[in-house]
Amino acid sequence: MVWRPTLPTKDNNVRLEVRKTYKLYIGGAFPRSESGRSYVVNDAKGKFLANASQASRKDARDAVVAARKAFGGWSGKTAYNRGQVLYRIAEVMEGRHEQFTLEVAASEGLSASKARAVVDASIDRWVWYAGWADKLAQVVGSSNPVAGPYFDFSLPEATGVVAVLAPQDSSLLGLTSVIAPAIVSGNTVVAVSSYERPLPAVTLGEMMATSDLPGGVVNLLTGSASEIGPWLASHLDVNAIDLCGISDAEEARELEALAAENLKRVRRPAAEDWSESPGMSRLTQYLELKTVWHPIGV
Amino acid sequence: MSRFEYAPAPESRAIVDIKSSYGLFINGGFVEATDGKPFKTVSPSSEEVLAEVSEAGPADVDRAVRAARKAFDKVWAPMAGRDRAKYLFRIARLIQERSRELAVLESLDNGKPIRESRDVDIPLVAAHFFYYAGWADKLEYAGAGEDPQPLGVAGQIIPWNFPMLMLAWKIAPALAAGNTVVLKPAETTPLTALAFAEICQQADLPPGVVNIVTGAGRTGQALVEHPDVDKVAFTGSTEVGRAIAKAVAGSDKKVTLELGGKAANIVFEDAPIDQTIEGIVNGIFFNQGHVCCAGSRLLVQESVYDEVLARLKRRMSTLRVGDPLDKNTDIGAINSSAQLAKIRELSQIGEDEGAERWSPECELPAEGYWFPPTVFTGVSQAHRIAREEIFGPVLSVLTFRTPAEAVEKANNTPFGLSAGIWTDKGSRILWMANQLRAGVVWANTFNRFDPTSPFGGYKESGYGREGGRHGLEAYLAH
Repeated sequence: MVWRPTLPTKDNNVRLEVRKTYKLYIGGAFPRSESGRSYVVNDAKGKFLANASQASRKDARDAVVAARKAFGGWSGKTAYNRGQVLYRIAEVMEGRHEQFTLEVAASEGLSASKARAVVDASIDRWVWYAGWADKLAQVVGSSNPVAGPYFDFSLPEATGVVAVLAPQDSSLLGLTSVIAPAIVSGNTVVAVSSYERPLPAVTLGEMMATSDLPGGVVNLLTGSASEIGPWLASHLDVNAIDLCGISDAEEARELEALAAENLKRVRRPAAEDWSESPGMSRLTQYLELKTVWHPIGV
Repeated sequence: MSRFEYAPAPESRAIVDIKSSYGLFINGGFVEATDGKPFKTVSPSSEEVLAEVSEAGPADVDRAVRAARKAFDKVWAPMAGRDRAKYLFRIARLIQERSRELAVLESLDNGKPIRESRDVDIPLVAAHFFYYAGWADKLEYAGAGEDPQPLGVAGQIIPWNFPMLMLAWKIAPALAAGNTVVLKPAETTPLTALAFAEICQQADLPPGVVNIVTGAGRTGQALVEHPDVDKVAFTGSTEVGRAIAKAVAGSDKKVTLELGGKAANIVFEDAPIDQTIEGIVNGIFFNQGHVCCAGSRLLVQESVYDEVLARLKRRMSTLRVGDPLDKNTDIGAINSSAQLAKIRELSQIGEDEGAERWSPECELPAEGYWFPPTVFTGVSQAHRIAREEIFGPVLSVLTFRTPAEAVEKANNTPFGLSAGIWTDKGSRILWMANQLRAGVVWANTFNRFDPTSPFGGYKESGYGREGGRHGLEAYLAH
């Protein structure tokens, strides 16, 4: 259905397409990997699609710096505002539906109609999470009836910088399903995309850059989760890590052990069906609960 | 300043009946340990040996876990919530009935003033059981889905600073949710946990629902690593918490960790000064400063620094250090010689790094482990006494000029357990509370605890919450 160009000749008026360079998305900009590395990305049938940037340890660290820098501003926005920004991501995605469909179809080997359905579900997922922004505190927070003259309440807050090793299979819906629940509450994210299917992630970054999401809130690295994962798991300025893209049990154990160094909140890999309703568990995974006391008196 | 003298007013210890030796509490009865050596628990205020306690080795831990598993499968999880609730209500009442005895026992074994064990620890223990008892038949309303399930066997490890209160924080929500437990009390303070075992017997709690294994790090490690433990709950040092997080990596065990802290207690120039001084004293000298959420870093706005320090020193001069069983005692004994050595070492480092040390004149008893209330001034953020948890009655004082600087300094720590704010301005309280990266923020108060109020840390102070509905969630699968 795509990448089957007719050769242009002097006479046939066929236009030679302008191909895209697939780059990283860090701090709102699109650098190549500082390492200068790239790797070949093929479609599901093994045909060449593109050279993707192969992110390095240094790229991962730069991305953490960008995510930390963005954290104060993003977590400090009102919940209403964050909800609108997430909803705007859905709006902008809708306009680039065709592009996402082509890339998902090529990456995951899906028919056009199935790929379209995946993109539909991804957009709808952004809408679902967008609506959570200004409801979380009411559902998760509480007012606590302590046995004394104190006003005491508990509110959820973002935990900080969340590293995400994104699903390897589901290149767009899976990626959306792990990023959206982290950022909606004010966290910032460094995500490593699917290694073999990175193109929808890069396009998602381009789309984010032209929505209202501040630079650095989501940082997308293409490359190997096995290579970059240990640097993120052991990074002392990362507060939480989602290991869902790691299928090897021993590798997941090693990453969790590295994450223990600064007591990261760890989400262990588990079988996931991305088409199912996500529930609240990823939303609440990256929340801290803050309890505030104040005396009552005249 | 002349000191107002009191005659000694000791609480009688006749109310407690300490046995000469204790076994392990497994499957509803006390049993001999099979693979550990007995150890002694001493009263830190006199160094008197109180009792000999069994050390549980891996085989004993295995026995306890198996008893807990059997009780979980056969009795406790299948039991109707309303009946689990009734057992917990029974336990709450038994604790209230035996509260004076438990308070004396706690002060003897731990060294904390009877005023605190009697008025804070033990009443809160009963309150925790009472609170979670009521949840046992209402789990579907706890926010963990419509059909929340218990996790299974919980391995719980608690510290020596609030021995029985930490037991309550661990056992009450676990049992309410339908889990069974194997709990390891700290090696220096096992006695109230063993008294609790008797209370379980008096309540006719089914055998194996609560198991108490005494011992030190080796026992705890065996419990954490036991393959049939589904949930690990730990309160203690960040160092051990890290080791636990590593040990459970790759397993299916759920974990909650409540670890160290280095809380900033922040005093603005408009703070109500009398309450503030009391709050500072309560923040750092409550329980000899053996408090993970202690207000151990005092941040004072420069404009009121001289006044706050002068008043604080005057107030510290009236603190009474001595016999934990004396009702007039404010500061009891340091819990162990090892802890005393650590406090002395870090205090010496504070002096060596250039901070100025001050303690009121204060006569310390000849026997036992004691440390005077101490304040360090001229402390910088780089000093070890401003960064490391001392876990003793030692306050480090820093200054700031603007609210933004106070936030910057308060958050400049890998810990994030608690913080204090003292100001008369409501909007500033709420702004500060927003900015501080800590799980509990006390505004114009400090060191308040309640079973309905979630407690737990950000960052390296651990994860998970204890208390309230959120504390229950930590023991439910969802």
